Amino acid sequence: MASYSTNEFRPGLKVLLEGDPCSILASEFVKPGKGQAFTRVKLRNLKTGRVWERTYRSGETLDAADVLETQMEFLYTDGDFWHFMNTDGSFEQKEASATVVGDVKGWLQGQEMCSVTLWNDEPISVVAPNFVELAVTETDPGIRGDTAQGGTKPATLATGATIKVPLFVEIGDVLRIDTRTGEYVSRVKA
Amino acid sequence: MSSPDIGSDHADWRPSGTPDVLRIRAAMLRDTRSFFAERRVTEVQTPVLGTTTVTDPQIESLIVHGSRRYLQTSPEYHMKRLLAAGASSIYQIGPVFRAGERGRWHNPEFTMLEWYRLGFDAMRLMDEVADLVDVLLGHATYRRRSYAEIIRRRFGVAVDAHDACLETARGLGLARDAGIEDAHDLLLAEAIGTGRGQRLFVTDFPPQQAALARIGANGMAERFELVVDGIEVANGYHELRDADELESRMGADNRRRRAVGRPEVAADQRLLAAQRQGLPDCAGVAVGFDRLVALRLGVADIGETMAFDWDRA
Repeated sequence: MASYSTNEFRPGLKVLLEGDPCSILASEFVKPGKGQAFTRVKLRNLKTGRVWERTYRSGETLDAADVLETQMEFLYTDGDFWHFMNTDGSFEQKEASATVVGDVKGWLQGQEMCSVTLWNDEPISVVAPNFVELAVTETDPGIRGDTAQGGTKPATLATGATIKVPLFVEIGDVLRIDTRTGEYVSRVKA
Repeated sequence: MSSPDIGSDHADWRPSGTPDVLRIRAAMLRDTRSFFAERRVTEVQTPVLGTTTVTDPQIESLIVHGSRRYLQTSPEYHMKRLLAAGASSIYQIGPVFRAGERGRWHNPEFTMLEWYRLGFDAMRLMDEVADLVDVLLGHATYRRRSYAEIIRRRFGVAVDAHDACLETARGLGLARDAGIEDAHDLLLAEAIGTGRGQRLFVTDFPPQQAALARIGANGMAERFELVVDGIEVANGYHELRDADELESRMGADNRRRRAVGRPEVAADQRLLAAQRQGLPDCAGVAVGFDRLVALRLGVADIGETMAFDWDRA
């Protein structure tokens, strides 16, 4: 297995730490004039998202992690797995568990292009497109004409996710949503 | 392999330091030379290439291809030979080289200011280092704290409680097979690295870290470091004079080098001969000049203080 020495550490490098794939966020060379050289590293665990800090003596190595960031189209879910397809012409499909998809499942109804991180060819994380458009399936009746006031109410989307929307939104409206914040952006059509 | 940000047009031909920065650097060099001229300390120039080099277990020298000579990691040995031959107090500003040291605060080639004062001890030399740093960075107050006190205040462990030090260092991510020297280095680096807005002299190093300092009456090395804003800028000694002790420390350095698989370095017989002749009672200090420029400018990368850093040289 390939490995990297501390002097090769740089942001974006994918390595194995305690059996989990990690991405190096930052790496700093620290050395007392007369003392041991260290490399201080911040890594993101790509499975849990948690950030780890470690200190290595210069020359120590970490195994490389076979991690690939790909763009895949979400096809459908069978309830247990979420199925994605490569759009590079190979039509290769991957299935991701509910744990891997996590909260992202609330933004996926089909045909969204997602960033899928593969480790040893298996999905370990899925990021939805920054913006998705989803129809409202359930919400309190809209208040006509009230397009400017600040109030909000909950609305359930076609995927089952619930978000806060302005009072004028009605069932059947298609909404543009920012998946990074989970917030309503605008009404696409009435 | 080329870096991704460097295209075929060699955009890295440009300097890493701006003209304004280089003007400030030049003014700092001028102020430094005036400082020593006023104090009647003589500027010297010693060889950049030497047939021998330091035995420090944690410093690797660069060898110049085809010459079997080493680029000097500090002018210390040559300057001590001048002192043994009768020179008065002397200083030097020039390039030094250390293999593999690259980071925001490290460039394998850097500028070192080093000086020796006859009749000074560590305390008196610290005063003079503070005077110079006041000239270059503006006046501030300086704190003096022993190595042991710094470690105890930050981590609550005694520096000679080796198991506790190792345990604490492992908590910071140090590998389990690392020894006490590595643990001490890591604890000190962590403890001083957070001292923003402070000028701190670290004093009384453990005897294992005496390097070329003499051991004082309290059993600690008469060695000091100056840390400014969390960055180590100076390392000084009340110099060891005993040639036999020097030879024995060089041997110990080489045993440590062997233990970690580093190449051994032959003891510098000319330095030993000079010290047998007699090194006068003196204190000496080395200052990382580029770091002082960076601190003056408030930049967090010494590459910005140099005309061309390692990646552009």
